[in-house]
Amino acid sequence: MTKHGTDQAHWYQTNFELFEKNLNGEASSRVHAMRKEALVRFAQTGFPTTKHEEWRFTNVAPIAKVSFQPSFEAGVVGLSREDVVRLSFGTAHQLVFVNGHFVEHLSSVGTLPRGAIVGSLASALKGNDELAHGFIGKYASIQENPFTALNMAFVQDGAFLYIPQGTVLEEAISLLFISTGTAPLYVAPRNLIIVGDRAEVTIAESYFSLATSGTLTNVVTEIVAGEGAIIEHDKLQNECAEAYHVASLHVHQKGKSNFISNSIAVGGALVRNNVSSVLDGEYAECTLNGLSVANGTQLIDNHTVIDHAKPNCPSHELYKSVLDDASRGVFNGKIFVRRDAQKTDAKQTNKTLLLSDDATMDTKPQLEIFADDVKCTHGATVGQLDAEQMFYLRSRGIDETLAADILTFAFAGDVVRRVHVDGLREQLETLVHAKLGKGRER
Amino acid sequence: MLQINNLHASINGKEILSGVNLKVQPGEVHAIMGPNGSGKSTLAQVLAGRESYEVTEGEVLYEGKNLLEMDPEERAREGVFLAFQYPVEIPGVSNTYFLKAALNSVRKHRGLEDLDAVEFLKLVKQRMKIVDMDESLLNRPVNEGFSGGEKKRNEIFHMAVLEPKLAILDETDSGLDIDALRIVADGVNQLRRKDNAVIVVTHYQRLLNYIVPDFVHVLVDGRIVKSGTKDLALQLEEKGYDWIKDATDSTLATA
Ligand SMILES: Nc1ncnc2c1ncn2[C@@H]1O[C@H](COP(=O)(O)OP(=O)(O)OP(=O)(O)O)[C@@H](O)[C@H]1O
Ligand SMILES: [Mg+2]
Repeated sequence: MTKHGTDQAHWYQTNFELFEKNLNGEASSRVHAMRKEALVRFAQTGFPTTKHEEWRFTNVAPIAKVSFQPSFEAGVVGLSREDVVRLSFGTAHQLVFVNGHFVEHLSSVGTLPRGAIVGSLASALKGNDELAHGFIGKYASIQENPFTALNMAFVQDGAFLYIPQGTVLEEAISLLFISTGTAPLYVAPRNLIIVGDRAEVTIAESYFSLATSGTLTNVVTEIVAGEGAIIEHDKLQNECAEAYHVASLHVHQKGKSNFISNSIAVGGALVRNNVSSVLDGEYAECTLNGLSVANGTQLIDNHTVIDHAKPNCPSHELYKSVLDDASRGVFNGKIFVRRDAQKTDAKQTNKTLLLSDDATMDTKPQLEIFADDVKCTHGATVGQLDAEQMFYLRSRGIDETLAADILTFAFAGDVVRRVHVDGLREQLETLVHAKLGKGRER
Repeated sequence: MLQINNLHASINGKEILSGVNLKVQPGEVHAIMGPNGSGKSTLAQVLAGRESYEVTEGEVLYEGKNLLEMDPEERAREGVFLAFQYPVEIPGVSNTYFLKAALNSVRKHRGLEDLDAVEFLKLVKQRMKIVDMDESLLNRPVNEGFSGGEKKRNEIFHMAVLEPKLAILDETDSGLDIDALRIVADGVNQLRRKDNAVIVVTHYQRLLNYIVPDFVHVLVDGRIVKSGTKDLALQLEEKGYDWIKDATDSTLATA
């Protein structure tokens, strides 16, 4: 391994050696070879800079200069069941991860249909689960995104879900990630979700921190959607104001599958969400929704990629941001329509509500269309509260603050409403209200 | 109750109201008519507190208080209500949620407790009957996708819930079918009390057959150029506005 830069910049290399020692027998596995390869890759690229097209608006220098401490274990000290309950929305299946590591006694797997697996990636890898070993890293490439390489280098734990074909899971699976501690931790969960043909499941990833330090959460989730599978993936990011959060969700969809993502980001100092889906079979459908709610000096960046690889696939995208104070938002929505992908119907909408003159939004649609018989539309708006609507509310007796709140929640609620899990939706509503509400009548 | 003295208002530097005088007593119904663009809606909006209009001269007293100094919400709480000519759509905010927020704001100002969900629903159901409004409009977002007539009916429904002292109805009749016009006008009449007043802005005599005005005023080029009884509306229906415009031109010329 080449050594360059200061020692500070190489926390990941010195820690990798430590990490390897603790792996014992596992160090000879295929996954470990992938880790090593990923580390080499990351050492080559380092953290991205704003010179990279994909990172033009998001400067990760604040992350790059910290010497993070990778979390090799949960460190559950001080975390109680009550803490977990407080952060949960209530469902039959919940896996709790502390600092990226599965904590069994805080989790409840619940009763599962035959053949379904709801468990930790660490035990799947240890148990030589064929699916886990076969699919890990298959769709999340270490070449494209340095953070994905960095995640792979320290792959250890996260959720491993397998829903066999034709199986319908009635209740949502909650993956609750909590970070704790005061040192700047590096937390890198890895989730692998395999959904068989015609299986149906809803998965909610929630990120909270009880930590007050600038933890870096760098999560990668891979989802494999079988033929005709129906999947809703909801994500809530509500870490503390100092937290850094980089997430990549890679979805691979077979024909007739239907994938819905609702990604809501509320917390964190710097948040980058990558969501990408490959529509790799006819009549696959993909819906990506997102909501960012930022204030202070927060930066929330959403990058999406929808890759229409096969004909007759519709995709829908709605990303909204509410930005207050001096916060910043980024939206970059890529849509590829490959040469074969005739009759693609792609629609992308990005809307931003600026609540302050100092808030800024960078929005960029990016359509690359190589087929000729397709329908692709995109639209972006950035605006303030509507003066006519404000006047209408006020002229009926509603004070200015409450009127602004009502309109702001209505704007944000448009995305929150799309979450089908009642308990989670209510939790999201409460969080969004708490973050945005300036009025008294909550 | 309302006294407007020499009111001048402009938007983007362009004067729209050029010295309006009007006095409204409790219990009265005033009709304001006038050609398109003469400033009727501007007057209504200025009275409701729309900030994009700048009042450059004159005063408005409402129950002895300086109305122009109050925020729009304060005016509403004091009993001023504007039924908009073009009610705005508010996606994502249900009609009931909106009304409840409005009603409780008004009640609070009047020293009353908030209505709870059950009481509120009871009131709403009762008031919906006044304008024979379809219940399905309650849970839909405010005005979103409402037909022209439904929007107007919804405005009067809001009025029925909020029980204003001074209601200004800006072309509430336009967009209503013949039956709806009668129903909505009946509703307005049911809401009349001897201590409240109504200003109706309209282009058509027909509405005034139902809501019978005590006074009719003609607004031309931002000024009330003629006032009279309900017979004036009949005359206008028959002769249009030209004769008044001509008469005022000559009055101005001789003045
Ligand atoms: N924002 C604006 N900028 C410029 N002119 C405006 C603006 N708003 C209104 N006006 C003008 O003010 C004048 C009066 O408009 P207003 O809406 O008050 O008329 P009105 O009497 O209600 O007409 P109608 O009978 O058609 O409803 C019109 O000439 C209109 O174009
Ligand atoms: Mg008008």
